[in-house]
Amino acid sequence: MTALADLAHPRQDYSYAFLDASAKRELRRRILKAVAIPGYQVPYASRELPIARGWGTGGLQASLALVGPESVVKVIDQGADDSVNAANLRRFITRMSGAATTTDAARASILQSRHRIPEERLGAYQTLVLQVPDPEPLRGVQSDISKAHEMHADSDYGQLWLLLYEQLVRFRQYVQGASYPALVNGRYVISPSPIPRWDNPKLHQTPSLTILAAGREKRLYTVPPYTNVIPLEFSDVPFQVEDQRGWVCRTTGAVNKFMNELPQSDGSAMYELSDSGYAEKLKNDLPTAPTYYDENGGFYHDGYLKPPVILP
Amino acid sequence: MLHVERLTKTFHVDHLGRDIPAFAPIDFQLAPGQFALISGANGAGKSSLLRCLYRTYKPSGGSAHYAAHAGTIDLATAADVDIALLRREELSFVTQFLRSRPRVSALEWVAEPLLNAGHAWDAAVESAGTMLDALGLKRALWSAYPSTFSGGEQQKVNLARALVYPRRLLLLDEPTASLDAAARASLAERLAAIKDAGVAMIGVFHYPQEVMHLVDHEVRLEGMTNDVAA
Amino acid sequence: MTATSNRPSSSPDKGVPVSQPARTHGYASLQPPVLTTRSPLLVASGLVKRYGRVTAVEGVEVDAYEGEVLGIVGESGSGKSTVLRLLNLQESPDAGTYTLDLPGLAGQDLFALDRFARRDVQTRSIGVVYQNPYLGLRMRFTSSGNVAERLLITGERSYAALRAAARESLAASEFPLDRMDDPPRLLSGGMQQRVQLAKALALKPRLLLLDEPTTGLDVSVQALVLDTLKRLQRERSMTIVLVSHDLGVIRALADRVLVMRNGRVVERGLTDQILEDPQHAYTQQLVHARL
Repeated sequence: MTALADLAHPRQDYSYAFLDASAKRELRRRILKAVAIPGYQVPYASRELPIARGWGTGGLQASLALVGPESVVKVIDQGADDSVNAANLRRFITRMSGAATTTDAARASILQSRHRIPEERLGAYQTLVLQVPDPEPLRGVQSDISKAHEMHADSDYGQLWLLLYEQLVRFRQYVQGASYPALVNGRYVISPSPIPRWDNPKLHQTPSLTILAAGREKRLYTVPPYTNVIPLEFSDVPFQVEDQRGWVCRTTGAVNKFMNELPQSDGSAMYELSDSGYAEKLKNDLPTAPTYYDENGGFYHDGYLKPPVILP
Repeated sequence: MLHVERLTKTFHVDHLGRDIPAFAPIDFQLAPGQFALISGANGAGKSSLLRCLYRTYKPSGGSAHYAAHAGTIDLATAADVDIALLRREELSFVTQFLRSRPRVSALEWVAEPLLNAGHAWDAAVESAGTMLDALGLKRALWSAYPSTFSGGEQQKVNLARALVYPRRLLLLDEPTASLDAAARASLAERLAAIKDAGVAMIGVFHYPQEVMHLVDHEVRLEGMTNDVAA
Repeated sequence: MTATSNRPSSSPDKGVPVSQPARTHGYASLQPPVLTTRSPLLVASGLVKRYGRVTAVEGVEVDAYEGEVLGIVGESGSGKSTVLRLLNLQESPDAGTYTLDLPGLAGQDLFALDRFARRDVQTRSIGVVYQNPYLGLRMRFTSSGNVAERLLITGERSYAALRAAARESLAASEFPLDRMDDPPRLLSGGMQQRVQLAKALALKPRLLLLDEPTTGLDVSVQALVLDTLKRLQRERSMTIVLVSHDLGVIRALADRVLVMRNGRVVERGLTDQILEDPQHAYTQQLVHARL
């Protein structure tokens, strides 16, 4: 005789992946809407989680909505898998879903990241989830969110361009460091989260899906696969990534990949690869996937990055 | 060129509740190159008549048919924009009072009608200089602001501005009031010259004898002895 | 030499012609334009605007021909600033139509445009200078940035082009170029108005709207600004609608004038006629009240 216990799922104290069915449905529908309108900030009902706002609840909700038993999850914080926050999030996701984990970007199906995109190129069916503190690129020029919403609707980004113009007038270069605004699919301007300028180009025309979610602000937006993402730049003053020429990673000897700068007590600096998963592979002589930037610092999309223009 | 028929003007001053006639119905005609002198006692309405023709005053009745370049038009009832057009192109009014803009030099003020008509700066300023020279304004004053000038000097600037751009009908209201004899003679010469060129003129003169040799027609205004309560 | 006299020959009342009605002043209505063959650039008809129970503008007609300066004069509360806001498409009227005879817009009631088309007209075809520079300028940004923003809105993406256009516009407004990157909050009132003017002119609009542009400025500065406006109008053949309560400014700049009172136009005419032969009782009061 078949017992009810044989037919039913084992008793759980939590829903699968922590979120209840309606929460998962909400998030998945919102993500689909965001995929349908690249760069458009979709408001969503952001759920309470066992971590506080400001610690990655947006990214976590996106990951929990997508994770399944077959998923392979990688979580990084500023490029490091071993940071406390990344470790906590990774453990939570896998405990709630039974998914596998990895530090290898090439093997992960879901990568949740705070403020960095890995050096190895992501492929089709890989999903990058970026944690976003402030989704609104117009915050600096328009603090009223209803007016900012209208500006997005009208494609009225004049003030944002004015901000860049002023930077060129005052400093003769763009001084926007992280969260450099970018135009998605020729329509909406997004804040790509506080990733360094180095990582901005990686969003452009990639086979992978990028989801950017803000838990506290309750908005999410995406860059679908093979979508144009162009940082705002004047036609005669091109966008530039951080100048790290000559920086060599002290542990792996790698060059032309994004480095953390480690100031030394004598005033000099040492450099270290920010992407710890990639560094680990190099250290152990493991095969690496093709990277966005090659050994000479060239970006894999030709012509996307242009040589700098010095203003008088 | 100009056919004035029973033209009248009455002022209605609201707070006094009175009507004040400026002049009784007037008729006269003027052909190109003719000079009409308006005479009459003080207060007879000579200035008012000129102003009615220029439309600074709105006539109360009658008509003033003028053969403009583009067709005949009644100045008394013409649309404001048409009058503005005529003032730019064909009509000119000279008073003894100067009303320039504060920071404009005498030379630029005189050149302005030419500039407004689209002439190049250099050519306009040169013509303005020639005119000021002919009227006897000291060269040193050309770049100064006319509001600081004496009455006579302002008068010369006024005249120069009116004469620098060729018109078809010139209205002159006491144009020689503050000028000395030499300057008055110089003006009479200028007027004779433009009369020969076919310009029609209507003027009120303080010393009519100086221009009597140019006058074809005298329009005498009788004084209005009554004003009528409204 | 012939002589005529206007001595009345045989009328019973000495000095008063029989044929005229007892109480007259100037012709009340004039002919339609015949010499001026082009239709006006700006035509606004039947403008009505209410704020709650207050009627700010009632049945106002405005027309302005290309290349002329139309003055709108009136005291506070006359509705003249409201008319300007309507002409700038900042507010929608309760009734009325508004057309500009410009390429692509002829025959279109601008009040009926959708928000995108309206913004486009406001940006490209109309320039506005406010009495209060804080309304018209972004005080935190540079003066050149204020001007450049107009081009940025229309999609200009070359930094060099933006700098050149800002220079050209500021120079045309007689603004000293060595201060072009100073923020307006550091400038004097007259300079701020010049930045507003440069911003209004940046995209070379055909229509310029000025709301009390020199009110509050020193007299000498006023003179400079007026002179700049006159020169610009002549050089660029712009149509200007100038709202002011200052009759001196009106006399210096305007070709024709509308006199407004309590939301209505009480009189309209050539500037010198309005100032020297005002017909309407209110206009007479206004003109005679000048110090």
